[in-house]
Amino acid sequence: MDEAQLRTLTPIVITILGRRGADFAAAEDAVQEALLEAVRSWPDDPPRDPKGWLVTVAWRKFLDAARADTSRRLREERAEGEPEPGPASTTDDTLQLYFLCAHPSLTPASAVALTLRAVGGLTTRQIAQAYLVPEATMAQRISRAKKTVTGVRLNEPGDVATVLRVLYLVFNEGYSGDVDLAAEAIRLTRQLASQINHPEVAGLLALMLLHHARRPARTGADGRLVPLADQDRALWDTRLIAEGVAILQAALALDRLGEFQVQAAIAALHADAPTAQETDWVQIVEWYDELLRLTDNPVARLNRAVAVGEADGAPAGLAALTVLDPALPRYRAAEAYLRERAGDPATAARLYAEAARSAPNLAERDHLTRQAARLNAELRRC
Amino acid sequence: MAKYLLLKHYRGAPAAVNDVPMEKWTREEFDAHIQYMRDFANRLESTGEFVGEQALSPEGTFVRYDGEGRPPITDGPFAETKDLIAGWMVIDVDTYDRALELAGELSAAPGAGGKPIHEWLELRPFLTEPPTIME
Repeated sequence: MDEAQLRTLTPIVITILGRRGADFAAAEDAVQEALLEAVRSWPDDPPRDPKGWLVTVAWRKFLDAARADTSRRLREERAEGEPEPGPASTTDDTLQLYFLCAHPSLTPASAVALTLRAVGGLTTRQIAQAYLVPEATMAQRISRAKKTVTGVRLNEPGDVATVLRVLYLVFNEGYSGDVDLAAEAIRLTRQLASQINHPEVAGLLALMLLHHARRPARTGADGRLVPLADQDRALWDTRLIAEGVAILQAALALDRLGEFQVQAAIAALHADAPTAQETDWVQIVEWYDELLRLTDNPVARLNRAVAVGEADGAPAGLAALTVLDPALPRYRAAEAYLRERAGDPATAARLYAEAARSAPNLAERDHLTRQAARLNAELRRC
Repeated sequence: MAKYLLLKHYRGAPAAVNDVPMEKWTREEFDAHIQYMRDFANRLESTGEFVGEQALSPEGTFVRYDGEGRPPITDGPFAETKDLIAGWMVIDVDTYDRALELAGELSAAPGAGGKPIHEWLELRPFLTEPPTIME
């Protein structure tokens, strides 16, 4: 059993402990300790029944902790009196863990951390490394999150939209550290999709797969960002694209459109184009219109303006852009791109340099600086 | 979450409201100041927002390359240098407003007379990794 398989057992074992009477915070701690012990001892002594082993060890950890904590004595007595539960956990129960970890009372960062630990089975250290904060800080974030959801009944139905937002955040964090958060987000969304038939869950999964498929082409050998139009499409993972498109089509057939399905549809149209020039921009603009009907999001408006520039020409794109707030992230970058397409390289070079100064990340800043440098070199030549 | 740098200056920031140099404080005032900073950092660790902090000596040297096989050239310290960084704290918070709130709190560390210094802190966002989804 590899680490990923081990981690899939995490929410199941937490749920089993919960049914035996352990509260969520204590169950989660006990399972985390059992996982650490599994990582230590399984390589030399693999158990025949990994889940049974984890339940036994986690339950023992829980009882040890409960005994050590005299204030828990009453709960412990009650728990020890509980009969052994049935062997299997129903998937519905782990679904409740998703809802609990994404509970609206949590801040996004807390919900992300708690989800990665209790549903994802990552250790506090791994989560801390992925988010570049000290382990002690992450431990506190998780323990506060657990306190916040104390008292939330696990059988309350949750809002799937909150879970999807958390998974989207994990996916979008990318893959800077040792833990591949994008892959982890896909695993958790897949697991969720297998438990709940909801078009937006499918939409998000499709969106993730379609973006993940492009990952090998997104960065050059020297680590630089390669924009969509310049990517080597032969590097795209066609198996992931096919899977994403199939999942999206099944979701769209349910006729309950949502923002993730629309975003996935846009990603699918990009994936479908053999070359950047053959992209169906007219359809992409239509999907952006759909997206704006669902969520009036300024970033979507900006992306729509760029798509309009491709579908109807740069002047039309610039016209769509001018009605937006120039303070929007990436507004200057979009304007620079459209100015160059409209045949004004001097303005474009100035705007690219300006966009670089306000870029939110290093890779984008470097990319925008290179664009400005390229145009300035061309301008010097003529 | 977003990471921010809170930058404290020995010199170069606009003048603080309670602008009395540290060496003129009483020992109690100094101790109260240090305790405030320590409590602040501990509290941020307990809220899951602390990343790191470091104080810097005011003495520094400028260094530059001087060609293949030659030792680097050093210069300074320059008494007239405009900016002099005293130290930093890095926080990881949910919003920009929260970063402002914390910077304000740190700026209220007590100084002379036990009153808040109201010193100016520079707040700078970190450049991040690019997000997975950009278009």
